[in-house]
Amino acid sequence: MNEPQARTAYYHDTVVRQFSLMAVVWGVVGMLVGVIVALQLAFPDLNIEPWFNFGRMRPLHTSAVVFAFGGNALIATSFYVVQRTSRARLFGGDLAWFVFWGYQLFIVMAATGYLLGITQSREYAEPEWYVDLWLTVVWVAYLLVFLGTILKRKEPHIYVANWFYLSFIVTIAMLHIVNNLAIPVSFLGSKSYSAFSGVQDALTQWWYGHNAVGFFLTAGFLGMMYYFVPKQANRPVYSYRLSIVHFWALIFLYIWAGPHHLHYTALPDWAQTLGMVFSIMLWMPSWGGMINGLMTLSGAWDKIRTDPIIRMMVMAIAFYGMSTFEGPMMSIKSVNSLSHYTDWTIGHVHSGALGWVGMITFGALYYMVPKLWHRERMYSMRMITWHFWLATLGLVVYAAVMWVAGIQQGLMWREYDEQGFLVYSFAESVAAMFPYYVVRATGGLLYLVGALIMAYNVTMTILGHQREEEAIGGASPAPAPNLQPAQ
Amino acid sequence: MDYHFMREFADSWGLLFLALFFVGVVIFAFRPGSKKQAEDAANIPLKDDERP
Repeated sequence: MNEPQARTAYYHDTVVRQFSLMAVVWGVVGMLVGVIVALQLAFPDLNIEPWFNFGRMRPLHTSAVVFAFGGNALIATSFYVVQRTSRARLFGGDLAWFVFWGYQLFIVMAATGYLLGITQSREYAEPEWYVDLWLTVVWVAYLLVFLGTILKRKEPHIYVANWFYLSFIVTIAMLHIVNNLAIPVSFLGSKSYSAFSGVQDALTQWWYGHNAVGFFLTAGFLGMMYYFVPKQANRPVYSYRLSIVHFWALIFLYIWAGPHHLHYTALPDWAQTLGMVFSIMLWMPSWGGMINGLMTLSGAWDKIRTDPIIRMMVMAIAFYGMSTFEGPMMSIKSVNSLSHYTDWTIGHVHSGALGWVGMITFGALYYMVPKLWHRERMYSMRMITWHFWLATLGLVVYAAVMWVAGIQQGLMWREYDEQGFLVYSFAESVAAMFPYYVVRATGGLLYLVGALIMAYNVTMTILGHQREEEAIGGASPAPAPNLQPAQ
Repeated sequence: MDYHFMREFADSWGLLFLALFFVGVVIFAFRPGSKKQAEDAANIPLKDDERP
């Protein structure tokens, strides 16, 4: 039993295990809260004043899935990947443990604050000043561990996944500090006011908000894609040179796209147009990256049929392509005039979050967990297949119903009669959403059930069990002789 | 360093610098002889991952 431990002791993997476990735990919690807030929208009686009303639960959901589930998964995989592609143990010794406990403390402080009504009301940056300061300290420690490991690498070249991870860490630090510049009202009070005001404040917030999407939910998870897809497919990335262009194009363009959140506001027209143009240019790196990820499977397409983990990753990359097509389209001003403030936006975010971020994370976890705990494979491959289909069905239902809901909302809000009066009151457009909200909650529930199956599967794997099972669709034919391509 | 100075700088030299940097990246990535190096780099994750 000790033999495998000794074999891998070179890498600091216990902290990666803890981050992976917390990603699973927070994922289930965040998705559960998501289902609850979806039901609260359909059935307002579920708002329990004051702690559990929608206004407080909604940031709990977004922060739990983005920063707790996504964040723990990003730190777990970044530590796993940087050690193996640098051939060096994590830098800084116990500093990695400080990052772990510090990050969980940040999550708990933020989450409890929301329920108690402590918020600075900036989307995805709701935590107040004392939590922001704490996260800054933790994030700098994270940067030190990651960068230190790269600096002491034994591999001469820095693998492209690490570039994506590093750009995610550095950019999030910059965004976090600037967007959260605020003056506390009192030394012991939780309330603060932003250092910016008016339209500058709005633009700073959406410079942050959109790049949280661009660098947290995109660049970081692309780092995941560039390591785990080649590993699971057991073949190198389709074009390494394309991945370099993908990287530079993505980080050069994304940072300017934020103003598209402020179309038809007090923001100067030229800034709105700038945001729109850069968003549209993002089509190129996004689709370049998607093609690069998918084509990594060229020559091994049969794995989509036989390997549920590969299937998950392919679905993730497909949704990366779809949501990064939809996003620039929605940033076009005339489209935005219909889609803005409607549930179409919510659908778009979830096709990116459930489809791309969620699926690539599940794939990475299914790859990593057996490796980290020295198991031959996951407890059950059939359960991964179940998870795949539940998650896919859930997110397709979610996205489709939100398209319909959002477009209906947008059309109702702009419907004038022949005398120039609005045809519908706002409350009528709210009432019309009821059936969509019920179906949306159902889609979210399917996705949550998939995550619960994963949690069970991960637990059983860690406990050392292996389920006796046949592949779905009956026993696989006798394994073909293992043909290797000519070397 | 007022607003107008920074705005002018961003519109001119800043833009030129970023554009040239990006063109340089593309040229560097696809320079003759980079193919072998790129293939080596692409294989980094596929080497043994239990120990260096």
